[in-house]
Order: sequence, then C-alpha cells, then structure tokens
Amino acid sequence: MPANTKFELKMGAATREAFGKALVELGRKNKDVVVCDADLSKSTMVHWFAKEFPERFFSCGIAEADMVAIGAGLASGGKIPFVASFSVFVMNKGFEQLRVTAAYPPDVNLKVVGTHSGISIGEDGPSQMSIEDLALATALPGFTVISPCDEVSMAAFVHLAAEHYGPVFLRAGRPKVPVVYNGDQKFTIGKAIGLVEGKDVTLLAHGLMVAESIRAAEILEGEGVSARVVDMPTIKPLDTEAIRKAAVETGAIVVSEEHLVDGGLGVKVAQAVGQTHPCVMEFVGIENTYAESATPHELLEKYGLTAASIAEAARRALKRKG
Amino acid sequence: MQQVKDLGEIQNFCKKIRRHIVEMITEAKSGHPGGSLSAVETLAVLYLEVMRHDPKNPQWPDRDRFVLGKGHACPVLYSVMAECGYCPVDQLITLRKLGSMYQGHPDRRFLPALEASTGSLGQGLSIGLGMALAARLNGGPSRTYVMLGDGEIQEGQIWEAAMFAAFHKVDNLAAIVDYNKIQLDGFVKDIMDLEPLAAKWQSFGWHVITLDGHDIAALREAFAEAEGAKGKPTVLIANTIKGKGVSFMENNPKFHGTAPSREEMALALKELA
Ligand SMILES: Cc1ncc(C[n+]2csc(CCOP(=O)(O)OP(=O)(O)O)c2C)c(N)n1
Ligand SMILES: [Mg+2]
Repeated sequence: MPANTKFELKMGAATREAFGKALVELGRKNKDVVVCDADLSKSTMVHWFAKEFPERFFSCGIAEADMVAIGAGLASGGKIPFVASFSVFVMNKGFEQLRVTAAYPPDVNLKVVGTHSGISIGEDGPSQMSIEDLALATALPGFTVISPCDEVSMAAFVHLAAEHYGPVFLRAGRPKVPVVYNGDQKFTIGKAIGLVEGKDVTLLAHGLMVAESIRAAEILEGEGVSARVVDMPTIKPLDTEAIRKAAVETGAIVVSEEHLVDGGLGVKVAQAVGQTHPCVMEFVGIENTYAESATPHELLEKYGLTAASIAEAARRALKRKG
Repeated sequence: MQQVKDLGEIQNFCKKIRRHIVEMITEAKSGHPGGSLSAVETLAVLYLEVMRHDPKNPQWPDRDRFVLGKGHACPVLYSVMAECGYCPVDQLITLRKLGSMYQGHPDRRFLPALEASTGSLGQGLSIGLGMALAARLNGGPSRTYVMLGDGEIQEGQIWEAAMFAAFHKVDNLAAIVDYNKIQLDGFVKDIMDLEPLAAKWQSFGWHVITLDGHDIAALREAFAEAEGAKGKPTVLIANTIKGKGVSFMENNPKFHGTAPSREEMALALKELA
C-alpha cells in the first residue's frame, strides 16, 4: 500500500480562521497577549479576540505603519502583541517600522500576522494580494517566519509563536484549505515535517502548496516515480538538515509556493543545497508578475500553482537528474 | 466640460449608475456596494459637468484628472466612465471575472483610461498632487480631483499629502472626502473617530467646503468655488449615506463589502426604477 493514501485531504478551515480561534485560546491562557487591528478584524478573524477581550484589543484605524510601531511599543512594555492585517498591508506599509522598531533593536517580542496572502484571495485582485511578504519578512534579521499549511498546524504555531521570545511573522490565507495533519502531530519552529516517503525526488512546500504537493506525489506514483513530500512551515530559520537529506537521498528537489519565486522559500532552499549537497532543483511559484481578478481556483490554474505543475516540474528535474 | 441641461437628467443618470452598481456586484458575487453608491452624485457631477475630458481621447494631455483613492468603490467609476463612452457598458457585468477590464480594484493594465491603479488606501491624494504639480509645471489648465474615503483618511500618508498641498499652494487640486461615516468593520466613530474633521483640514491650510454629497446643486456650486479658490487646495467634505438609494443598504455596515443576493438585487432595482 502506498504511503501517501493516508491523506484524505478533506476540506478544512482557512488558516486565518484557525489563527483567529487559536488567538482566543491563547488570550485565555496568557493575559499578556494583546491584539492590534487596522480595520480588518472580520477578515483577519481577530474580531473573536476583540469580543472576548475588549480591553486587550486596540483598533488602530486604517493605519498599518502606526499599528506596527504601536505593537513594538506594547512589546517593550512586556506585552505579547499580535498585530494583524492583510499581509500585503502590514508587510508593505509597515516594513520600515518593522525594521526599525522590531528587527533592529534586540529582543522585541512582536508577532506580526499577515492574512490573505498569495493570489488565492481571488476577485479583489493584485492590490490586496501579498506575493512578496516572505521575501520581506525573511529579510529582517532576527525574525522567525512561519507559513502553516492547514488549520491544525496554524493553531499549533499561534501558540508556538507566543512561546517563542522574539519577532515572528505568521502567514495565513483566505480560502478554506485541505486538512493535512491530525491532532497528534508535534510541531517545532525550525523543523520540516516529512509527509510522504520517497526516493526519486523531493517535493518541498509551504502553505496551500503542501496539499498540492501531496496530490502531485500521487500523480507521480502512477508514473512509477517515488516522490518524497516535505512540509516546510518555518521559512526562517530554515531546516537545512532536512534539505541536505533530501538532496543526498533523492538527488532532486522541487520547491512550490504561493509567492514570487524571487525571494521565496525556493531560493533559500537553493542556497542551502548549494552549501550542503548540490542537486537539481525546480521552482513552482509566481514568475515575475502580479496576478489579477478571478476566482481563486482560476488564478491558481492560470499562474501554475497546482499539483499538475508540480508533477511537471518534477518530471523536468528527473530528466536533468538523469 | 459638457453642461447638462436640467437636474432631472442628471438625477436619472445617477439612478442608472446605481442600477449598474447593483447589477455588476450581484453578478460578480463580491465587491463593495456601499461606498460605490455613496459616491454616485459626486462622480456624476464631475464627469458630466465639471471635468474637461474627452472619452475619445483619453490621453489628451490637458484633460482634468480623477483619482479614486478609495479604489474598492470602482464599480461607480467604471459605470460612469462607461456611460461617458470610455469603455463598454455591456461589459460592466464582467466585473471581477477572469480577463475583465473591470478588475476588482482599478488596474491600468486592464483599463488604460484610468488615471491610477489604486486599492491600497491612502495613496490617492499623493498621486493626485503629483499630477497637479506636473500640470502646473507644464503651464496647462488641467485640474485634478481626488476622491477619498472617510476610513481611508486614517492613513498617515493622507496628512503628509495634506501638508504638502497647502505648503506648495496646489490650488489646481480638489479632494473630496466621501464622508459616509462607515468603514470596513463598522462606524468610523467607533473605530477611529475623525472629528472635528473640517477643523482638521482647515488647520492643515485647506479651503474647506462642507456639503450634502447627494445634493447636485450643492456639488456644482462647491466645484465652482474650488476652482475659484486661489493659493490653496480645496477639500469638499461631502456628507453622504453609505449605500444611498437602496433602502436596506443605507447606513448598513454589512453592505460595505457584501454583494447583494439575486433577491436583494431585484428589490434594489425596483427601488431604483
Ligand atoms: C491600506 C489598506 N488597508 C486596508 C484595506 C482594506 N479595506 C478596503 S476598504 C476598507 C474600508 C474603507 O473605508 P472607507 O475609506 O470609509 O470607504 P467607503 O466607506 O467609502 O467604502 C478597508 C479597511 C485597504 N484596501 N488598504
Ligand atoms: Mg466610509
């Protein structure tokens, strides 16, 4: 029986929803947790926290840069602030503030949450789509950067982010996504998770491309290709040991992500591969462009973020691997 | 600038625009009806009477310019531009669909007659200032109009631009604040109150006109007054009703960003007949 049939990939909650729920639990556990919002509480799902803990919730108005720096100030006062907005606004409008108030000074315990990442937000179009947030977040020294793939891992990482002392960027998505994990899985910041065993090629991914990679492994299995699937929820710090092992043991790596290829996980993995055990690599992501308005499904198809394009990339890699 | 004959005609035009807005957002199943409906009269008066523009020659260098800072309200802009002849009316219902020129937020890649791609709130006034400065440098007659949301002006960049405009005496620019009292998560006064709003703009050195943003005569007068105000930028604080014209959308925060159902569309179209 093939290892990968254990994944039913039943549709679950959106990662932003899992974030909003976990934040309330966290708030109950830890009185130092405070939340800042920039007029998107019903979209980022921090409105649940606001309802239960109004005294620990700050509405900042539509002013993301202000919100980020207020968050940093709250952190220096001993709080554990979660500042949340659409990823495109909190990262792009707040970037310089993140740099100067959270990354550059040591030990700022700020948690930044960007929802509606990627192009799967659909109809709103590119002004609301964050496809460069990981490039920005990982460019901040000292930041921990996490992009969970489903509701189970998101819930776990909300708690882990709070336990970790230091600045964290947590990336969430808008649409419902398949459930990859059951409740028994243990998560650790900085550790990749092997989902499917395989020896010919490794499919690495984060976010909603993890489920697509599992599906791609199933397609490849039908062609007699044994594909390993690895979830990399932590983009920074990178699990270079998992990457080295993938390079040594499978000799080919495909990295897939709902992000620009430039500055995404793929180029970071390539750096690790170059430094440890060079092997052939392929990259599935958004190629040097902005997307447009359409349904999430149409966009993922048009911009090649599907199991089929991952399988195709794997075939290219295998051909070059020889 | 084409002076429209009578009030009835422009009011009928506004009704037609409102029907387009309701139909296109229903068809798209997503979008922002409330802030589109509150801005109808302002855009109608600008495009039908105030602005010097030529739909057949959208790149005419001396045209007046309109920037929709609150880009999510693009259904009103698309409808008015289409009715003026910039783009096809029969395509309006392709709003937000794959390949449509009517993107979810104004996107010049798909509709080059737009003056700016917007959708990230807070940037429109600065873009408009650059356009107005260029017109001044060119010695041209072009004026620039920027529409801002009341929630939008919580962005700090708006107030940086406001200082700049007064300091550099950019009097060929007018801003309109669509003061519909509602933003995404609810009422502006509960999220981040703006009051005293007229006094804020005044203290930033602007000529301020407060008016009823659904009163066509008042809008005509205000734009004429703005053009006459020398040495200062002008802001129209347009008191409006979010969702104006559709009873169940009026003053209802739900219809900031929720599309009407088919049944709601039918009700709305009856009211707008
Ligand atoms: C920088 C930025 N932050 C957040 C958003 C998400 N957003 C879209 S509309 C909106 C509320 C806008 O309210 P307002 O300016 O009052 O618009 P109107 O009432 O005219 O629709 C928000 C927060 C955005 N588009 N841009
Ligand atoms: Mg408003």
